[in-house]
Amino acid sequence: MSSAAALTWFARHEIRLAWREWLAMMTGSRGKRKRAIIALVVFAAIMHLPAYAVIGRFADLQAPLGKPELIVITATIFLAWALMLSQAIESVTRVFYARADLDLLMSSPANLANVFSVRIAAIGLSVNGMALLLSTPFVDVLVIGGGARWLSAFGVVVAIGLSAAAVAIAITVLLFTLIGPSRTRLVAQIVAAVIGAGFVIALQVAAILSYGTLSRFAVLTSDAASAYAPDLDSPLWWPARAAIGDGMVLSWLMAGGLLLLGAVMAIFSPRFANTVVRVAATTRSIRRGPRATAFRGGSRQWALRTKEFLLLRRDPWLLSQSLMQLLYLVPPALMLWRSFSESSDAIVLITPVVVMAAGQLAGGLAWLTISGEDAADLVATAPLPPSRVIRAKIEVVLISIGAIFAPLIAALAFASVTQAIVTALGVIIATVSAAAIQLWFRVQAKRSQFRRRQTSSRLATFAEAFCSIGWAATSALAVTIPVAAMISGALTAGILAATWKISPRRD
Amino acid sequence: MPQPREVAGFGAIWFTRFTAPKVLRFMVRDDQLDRSEIMKADVSALEVRGLTKRFDRPAVDALDLTVRTGEFYALLGPNGAGKTTTLRMVAGLLKPDAGTVSILGIDALADPVAAKQITAWVSDEPMIYDKLTPLEYLEFVAGLWGIDPSVSEISAHQLLASLGLEPHLHERCEGFSKGMRQKVALAGALVHDPRLIILDEPLTGLDALSARHVKGLLQERVRSGCTVIMTTHILEVAERMADRIGVIAAGRLVAEGTLAELRQQNGRGDTSLEDMFIALVDAEAAAA
Repeated sequence: MSSAAALTWFARHEIRLAWREWLAMMTGSRGKRKRAIIALVVFAAIMHLPAYAVIGRFADLQAPLGKPELIVITATIFLAWALMLSQAIESVTRVFYARADLDLLMSSPANLANVFSVRIAAIGLSVNGMALLLSTPFVDVLVIGGGARWLSAFGVVVAIGLSAAAVAIAITVLLFTLIGPSRTRLVAQIVAAVIGAGFVIALQVAAILSYGTLSRFAVLTSDAASAYAPDLDSPLWWPARAAIGDGMVLSWLMAGGLLLLGAVMAIFSPRFANTVVRVAATTRSIRRGPRATAFRGGSRQWALRTKEFLLLRRDPWLLSQSLMQLLYLVPPALMLWRSFSESSDAIVLITPVVVMAAGQLAGGLAWLTISGEDAADLVATAPLPPSRVIRAKIEVVLISIGAIFAPLIAALAFASVTQAIVTALGVIIATVSAAAIQLWFRVQAKRSQFRRRQTSSRLATFAEAFCSIGWAATSALAVTIPVAAMISGALTAGILAATWKISPRRD
Repeated sequence: MPQPREVAGFGAIWFTRFTAPKVLRFMVRDDQLDRSEIMKADVSALEVRGLTKRFDRPAVDALDLTVRTGEFYALLGPNGAGKTTTLRMVAGLLKPDAGTVSILGIDALADPVAAKQITAWVSDEPMIYDKLTPLEYLEFVAGLWGIDPSVSEISAHQLLASLGLEPHLHERCEGFSKGMRQKVALAGALVHDPRLIILDEPLTGLDALSARHVKGLLQERVRSGCTVIMTTHILEVAERMADRIGVIAAGRLVAEGTLAELRQQNGRGDTSLEDMFIALVDAEAAAA
């Protein structure tokens, strides 16, 4: 087989694997594939409504644009790029550490530089595929409202996707060089989480400090932002100009993206192989626990709780996943701090953010403790009833959430006692709901499968998200319009009841 | 008219049989109960009657099995014969469709917690936590079984030392080889001093030295009165270690006895266990 033929053959193999992995992630199993595809199409159709609400008013924008519009569009594109970069960093670390087929590839006589070129291209392709899928409702809304010129937004998505993949590879390889393979996985995941959320949070922090609001647009549309922004002919505005239909700029952007990815492939592909070899050699690094202290006594539940806390503390996957949710608490905390000096109605916004974050975090923790049990047989053969095992695990979730959110709620009590009580109740209810959903939909899994927990049950994932949103809205309404809170609470309780009704483990 | 001595005797029997256990359970937490309270002397370590489990086809078919106390029992059978399913039902990991399981006189289906208190289960896939050290893992297991920490700590150190894991006491298990992980799992199973040890292919993936460590430890336990039930595909191990051997095929026990008894049953005076096993399984397959 010639080199080019081998490259094409390997690319076909990669695309087939990526397609099947994506399909499995979306559909769960073969039996439910048809139903899942229909659900996906319906979901995509429904997504046009929020897309219209968010972006519909921009459809009429015509060139030449003023600075405020350029700033808003550029910031939105940058946010999309940051999210793509976050996803690409995760994909690259997976390529390094998922050794299932790397041993096979590296023991084969194939040219490793070629093999990893294809793999880098596959990362670019998968990042672009996901980005196109998610951006389609938004671009559709713009095309329907503003004409075919908005189709060029798809080109912008592709261009920034290519550059995000290239930068992700460069960052990861750089991390390998600087801190070594054993730490790169954790750091790369944290970097991915910080990059994904960082931009939005930075805008919110700026908005709070300057205008006392959580709205990102307050900063972007301000006179100060326009004053500091570069001139209208700056290359910084190219993505925005390309998005509204400037064909020439779009061509430049796409060429730039391709060139960047090509350069990264040429520079890093040979190094990629070396990096993978180093990872394979160092995965078995010895990590020492603390020097032994005497065995401690306690009830059986105490033993379970201690084990769960120890594992949570030592779980880098969880750290990076949780960090994302905890980062969103920074703006409300800042707002709270600001409200001590200035009385502001905007403090009400803290409640839904905190309740939502608690629900999401509790869902993840509940999955890890209830479903993610690495020694399921051991716990099942232990002499204590399953109900006590479950109780101990739920206690871990409640204690963790309590420890994280109690200081924030205590601080809130200084600003408004009523709001603090409502927020505390919201946090408790959201946590219990998330834990209950994880309990009803529990499946035996390894903790390392945490990233894929959403795919094990779509229903549980959606129910968890809807309940978090519902309880967040209910808490916010309880502070402002109590009657509306009763309706919102009843609706959310209804969602929870319906979830229980259709769950496989109603016991 | 009953005599005062008869009334007192009846009262004593009544108190011993019905009231004392309730008072004891009320006063002492169940995890502090002495295991002698729940074990009865002169009973089989394991008694299985009519045990049945169906998946898409019968996996275990009305199985009867008795393992005596203090015996090393090897359960053999081809792949898919129902060995693991049987043992998982005995260990309380799988609910049978029908039948009874009695562990040292305790009805394991009616009172699973009491049965689990004196049982250990070791599977071929080591059940340990990557992020814990062997000592932390054993501390957790001892805590789950409610063992006094002052007792379990000494026992944990002894077990890990006897399995050659002393240099790795404070290393997280994530970097361990399959053999080391299996040894940690075995130490975990023994740290609570079980009376019945159930092992499903415990020697899979172990090197010769590790396998010798494991076999030595199991034989030592049997000598101290513990009962071991083990499935294995390594027939030489069964031949050399087991007091009695059971051969299971298509969910039914097709032969059972000591090596000599099996040879006698099959009319093959000096054949190896391997030859007998293959003949038995072939005969069962032909009959099916």
